[in-house]
Amino acid sequence: MSSIISVRGLNKTYASGFEALKNVDLDIRRGELFALLGPNGAGKTTLIGAICGIVIPTRGTIHADGHDIATDFRAARAKIGLVPQELATDAFETVRATVSFSRGLFGKAASPAYIEKLLRDLSLWDKKDAKVMTLSGGMKRRVMIAKALSHEPTILFLDEPTAGVDVELRRDMWQMVRKLRESGVTIILTTHYIEEAEEMADRIGVISKGRILLVEDKATLMARLGKKQLTLNLQAPLAQLPTELSGQPVELSADGTALTYTFDSQGEQTGIGTLLRRLNELGIDFKSLQSSESSLEDIFVSLVRERA
Amino acid sequence: MSMNLHAVRAIYGFEMARFRRTLMQSIASPVLSTSLYFIVFGAAIGSRIGSIGNVSYGAFIIPGLVMLSLLSESISNASFGIYMPKFTGTIYELLSAPVSYFEAVLGYVGAAATKSMVLGALILVTARLFVPYEIQHPVAMVAVLLLTAVTFSLFGFIIGVWADGFEKLQIVPLMVITPLTFLGGSFYSISMLSPFWQKVALFNPVVYLISGFRWSFYGVSDVNIGISVGMTLLFLVVCLAVIRYIFKTGYRLRN
Repeated sequence: MSSIISVRGLNKTYASGFEALKNVDLDIRRGELFALLGPNGAGKTTLIGAICGIVIPTRGTIHADGHDIATDFRAARAKIGLVPQELATDAFETVRATVSFSRGLFGKAASPAYIEKLLRDLSLWDKKDAKVMTLSGGMKRRVMIAKALSHEPTILFLDEPTAGVDVELRRDMWQMVRKLRESGVTIILTTHYIEEAEEMADRIGVISKGRILLVEDKATLMARLGKKQLTLNLQAPLAQLPTELSGQPVELSADGTALTYTFDSQGEQTGIGTLLRRLNELGIDFKSLQSSESSLEDIFVSLVRERA
Repeated sequence: MSMNLHAVRAIYGFEMARFRRTLMQSIASPVLSTSLYFIVFGAAIGSRIGSIGNVSYGAFIIPGLVMLSLLSESISNASFGIYMPKFTGTIYELLSAPVSYFEAVLGYVGAAATKSMVLGALILVTARLFVPYEIQHPVAMVAVLLLTAVTFSLFGFIIGVWADGFEKLQIVPLMVITPLTFLGGSFYSISMLSPFWQKVALFNPVVYLISGFRWSFYGVSDVNIGISVGMTLLFLVVCLAVIRYIFKTGYRLRN
């Protein structure tokens, strides 16, 4: 598997003494959509900043498409587009001027045709001659995406792209991300909306307190750490969990009306049959039952808690 | 390694577009304030002062007034140019772009120096409306103007990188450059001072700029033209060294 980004032994200690990244190793595969998850202050933005050249690493090496980002920064950075988390735009420039500026900055000859296509794809063409400051927040976000794509990068970083963005823009954005990915662009995103990562990502990395906790195919991660739960709604509430059931992965809800049984969906024996027989023996009757799978969010929360 | 000329052009074009948008502040106000100086010192008071050397007082102050605007505008243009992206956060783009420090400086400082040159030319034209003057060494005049514009635009770039607030952006032009220019012989010849203050004045770098510039007009100067150019070049080298340091360490630009 050829990796398009390769991070080795990356450390970043800020002047304040804060260790934002601790010995990070990471490989991003060519053409994949990689989601980096982590709580606030985990080091996501620092890691992206280090790869893009905004943060100077304390130790470690980074290669982008085979180019060392320190010694061969021109070739490395020309491949990369970045949409940072914070909205930051030139207020007085027009949309078209600011996007064309970005293309020049990244060393590409002017291409009005490409800029037009880009602005049309992002529904910005109507606003091409509007000053950026007159746009809404969502439109400014689109402008930042257009700037990041202006030089036709092969690697795109999206740092919390959907934070504070309305539903329509989010939908448009994900559609665009899918299209980019189909065209072969490698995409690395951080997000707080875990369901998006769950829906979109090929692989998922979890970072917390400056360390990469795990990197896994999404499907593997879900299967390995995913738990199933069976919930039984009882006919009559129980005062407490019967002693016969203690020591088993069964919990009684606070109001005593439901029992929740947690089991491993991958296991040979789920133990459901045994549980139901035992309930029958105890004379506990139930109205209904449902099973559920843990979401990526549950996995994520338990991972960060467990290892932090 | 080849240069990213597209980026230099983009930065230069961006800065010049800003210049055109703010034409009134960039051009009109320095031209207006210079005109006021000519009316007050050149025409009203100057007529009672008489000549310094063979030069009428009104003509004598022209090089100093051009320098006064040139220095403060070079600094404010260049410092503002690099400070604004830091302030609004758009600097991320410059830092993540395949742009070397040299190219960034070329774009920002080149644009600031261009603006200063345009301004200097406009002030000279304005001055012609008030006072007749001649330029004995036009090539040297343009060379000194260019050298000063580039040097002080570099100085302004440094201030823009250093500043972390609008107050700091203005404090150097206001508190350092204006006094040094006023005391640097804009309105008088250093030789009019007492011997002690003549010696003190030689520690003021602006004395060399104005003296050299005045020489290119009238062939008279307070200090030798060679020394003037030498001192300006020295300051240029100091600015380049500071910029080299900024870029090596990422000082106030990269974390």
